[in-house]
Amino acid sequence: MGLKNRKYGVSPEPSREPLDSEAAERLLGSSVLVTKLESVVNWARKYSFFLYPFVTACCGMEFMSVAGPKYDLDRFGAALPRFSPRQADLLMVVGTISHKQAPILVKVYNQMTEPKWVFAFGICAVSGGFYDNYATVQGIDTLIPVDVYVPGCPPRPEMVLDGLMKLQEKVAKERWSDWPRGAAPVTDATKITEC
Amino acid sequence: MNEYIPVLIMLVLAAATAGGMLVATSLIGPKKSFVDKMEPFECGESPIVSSKLRFSIKFYLVALFFVIFDIEAVYAYPWAVLFKDLGMFGFIEMMIFLTILAIGLIYVWRRGALEWD
Repeated sequence: MGLKNRKYGVSPEPSREPLDSEAAERLLGSSVLVTKLESVVNWARKYSFFLYPFVTACCGMEFMSVAGPKYDLDRFGAALPRFSPRQADLLMVVGTISHKQAPILVKVYNQMTEPKWVFAFGICAVSGGFYDNYATVQGIDTLIPVDVYVPGCPPRPEMVLDGLMKLQEKVAKERWSDWPRGAAPVTDATKITEC
Repeated sequence: MNEYIPVLIMLVLAAATAGGMLVATSLIGPKKSFVDKMEPFECGESPIVSSKLRFSIKFYLVALFFVIFDIEAVYAYPWAVLFKDLGMFGFIEMMIFLTILAIGLIYVWRRGALEWD
C-alpha cells in the first residue's frame, strides 16, 4: 500500500492563482473564450479514454455488460478497447491478478504510452478480495499506481460508471508536473534505464 | 472547375486536422522512454526467452490419462442419448468398453500413477 503516496496523486494546488480569463473575455467580447492549455488538454483527455482491457477473471462479464449498449461506456468517451498498450491510456485491470500474472501486468503498464491511468475493477484487483492466499496479489497497487478503485464482486455497472466519472474529475484537476509517470516502481532495475 | 474548390478546401482542412493532431500530440504529450517500455509488445511476455524450458515429466502422465478418460466421456455421451434405441446390445457393448477402461484405471491406480510424488 506504500504506493498510495502523493507522487501519483493530484498535486495540491494552494499556490495556484485563480484564472483571470474573465477580463480578457470582456475585452474581446463574448465570442472568444480564454483558457489555459492545461485545462483544454485535461478536458480533451478526460473524454477520450482508450481502454486496455486487462481481463483475467469473471469481472470480465461485468466489463462486457458495462461496455455494451445497455450501460454504454461510450457516453463517457471511454468506449474503444485497444489491444495494444501503445494505443491505450486507461488500463482496466479486470479481475484477479495472481503472482504468475503480475510481471505481465507490470510490463503492460510499462509499455503504455503517457499519459496513462489505471482502473482497478472489482475487489480482486483492489485488494485480492477473498483470495487471501499465497497465489494472489493482494491489490494491484502493490505493483502499479492505481487511480480509481471500484470494489464489488463484481461491481455493478453503475459503480463502474461512477468510478469512471471520478476518474474524469481527477483528470480534470491534473497538472503538467504530474506527468510522465514512467516505469512501475517494481520494475527490474536493469529495465528502467532511459533510452 | 470552380465547383470543385470546396472539395479542395475540405481536403486541405482534413489533412490539416489530422496533421495538426499528430503535431500537437508530439509537442505537448508527456513522454518517457526506458528499456522495458521500448521492447516489442508480446502481450506482456518477454519477446526473447530461452527455448530450453523444463517442466516435470509427471505432466505427461496427467495429460495422457486425461486424453484416455476424455475419450471415454466422448463415447459415453452419444450412448446415453441413444440409450433406448440401442437397447440391451448397446448396453452390453458399452459395459465391455467401460470394463476395459476400468481395469486400466485400477491398474494405473495400483501402480501409483495417480500420485504426484
